Amino acid sequence: MSAMLAAEGLTKNFGAVTAAADITLSFDADTVVSLIGANGAGKTTFLNMVTGYLKPDSGRIIFGGRNIVGLDPRQVAKLGISRSFQIPQLFQSLSVRDNLLIAESIAAAGDPRSATDAALARFELEPYASRVAGSLSEGIRKLLDVAMALSSRSKLLLLDEPTSGVSADEKFGIMDVVMGAARDAGVRVIFVEHDMDIVARFAGRVVAFYDGGIIGDGPPQTVLCMEDVRRYVIGEEAPHAAA
Amino acid sequence: MKAAVCVGVAFVVLTGLAYSAPQWLVFMAMLVLAKGIVVLGLLVLMRTGLVSFGQGLYFGIGAYAAALLSHHWYIGDGALMLLAGAVAAGLTASILGLLLAGYRDIFFAMLSLAFSMILYGVLVKSAALGSTDGFNLHARAFLGFAPASGAERRVFLFAGGFCVVVASLLVHKLLGGHWGRVATAIRDNELRVSYLGASPYRVVYVNYLIAGSLAGLGGALAALAVGHVDPETAYWTTSGEFVFIAILGGTQSILAPFMAAAIFEALRTIASQYVPNVWQMSLGIAMLAIIMFLPAGLWSLAQRRRRSA
Repeated sequence: MSAMLAAEGLTKNFGAVTAAADITLSFDADTVVSLIGANGAGKTTFLNMVTGYLKPDSGRIIFGGRNIVGLDPRQVAKLGISRSFQIPQLFQSLSVRDNLLIAESIAAAGDPRSATDAALARFELEPYASRVAGSLSEGIRKLLDVAMALSSRSKLLLLDEPTSGVSADEKFGIMDVVMGAARDAGVRVIFVEHDMDIVARFAGRVVAFYDGGIIGDGPPQTVLCMEDVRRYVIGEEAPHAAA
Repeated sequence: MKAAVCVGVAFVVLTGLAYSAPQWLVFMAMLVLAKGIVVLGLLVLMRTGLVSFGQGLYFGIGAYAAALLSHHWYIGDGALMLLAGAVAAGLTASILGLLLAGYRDIFFAMLSLAFSMILYGVLVKSAALGSTDGFNLHARAFLGFAPASGAERRVFLFAGGFCVVVASLLVHKLLGGHWGRVATAIRDNELRVSYLGASPYRVVYVNYLIAGSLAGLGGALAALAVGHVDPETAYWTTSGEFVFIAILGGTQSILAPFMAAAIFEALRTIASQYVPNVWQMSLGIAMLAIIMFLPAGLWSLAQRRRRSA
């Protein structure tokens, strides 16, 4: 099967720091992929390059059969790659409904209002519909952030730490909602995550980053047990993959 | 429906004023409409989170374009003058906007101020345009209809006022829909708007164009009211006046700029008549009071009343 997204020889340096060292990766359409790694390992840099926020020093990113390096975030979004953010990027002064309505209107949904209603229901945000986004709890803000990213034209959804800053008892619930919504919409998911329980439960494949390179790539039960991954990503603790 | 009511009310008020108001009130009403429409343009820009301290540039261009029609080409039709003012300002905004739409915050404000002061400098030094004295314009007709001598201003108030009402309703419709929502979104979080697939640059550019054209229309209407133009129209204090009126009224309604412009003109007229030496201080105190007690502007009083009703 041909890859829906592929990176070929991606390199990115910030001065003396190497954030991406000749990264070659390919993502097929069937598997939910999780990118793991310690802070500064290059996961978010990878997302930023795929979404056009950063331009790689060299290499190619192929999506839908074309090289998307050099496109800006707006053009990448139009191709169907959408992303959520580690710190939710909302329209703080507007209601939850208006936040979604703007996302759907920009995505040129035929009927943005009914698309908004559908998104409110799918993400279980109906009780908050008229609340101002700036007044919500972090968990709901995260959900709204993902709901806005997953508009009608999304083909690939990139989630940057969807459960960071969320209380432990909310994490699985939020991920269930997000993954269910993406599955229903037929949208592929790649997510960056620090919580290995979440990774083990929701990812079909794990890619481990370290120092701008890749030190592990495969099914979670394999990658989370690798020696380097345990040392540089998880710490010295035993992996939670079996949990 | 609401729009139809507004047009109806505006029609009645403008007819009443044009028919029966004394000359001084006709003059003042024209100035209020002229300044109100410039401030409405500012509100369009403010939707995207930008404040221009240089709308005098377009106000001046609008006024001079109208006056030049009369002075150099002997065209005395008020309708053409209003059109010329809006088009000349719109064209200038379409060029400068290419640069300014890429700037935000204080940089946008200061650059817009700089451009207005360049125009002021050019006008002051230009003998062909009357230098610091400016020159007169003579408008005698509107769309070919030439009223009796002395009644021109009444016709201009009615017809010009109607142009302002139509322009305001178009702005209201624009801001009330998708465009207004995206503009607000840009004010809140530009990064997110880009990631959703819209261009903040394009929205800011178009809003700048609208603001410029409206300021040009206002400038031309003010020129029709005064019958004279001078470089003061592009001076920074004129631009400051527009920002003053915007803060005075608030940004919640398209009616707010007109109400605030009316209060501003009344305040200035009264203050300069009774306390001529300290009229600017009176305005300053009024502004301080507004910022301290009604930070969302005078229009918030109307909203508060509606909410408690």
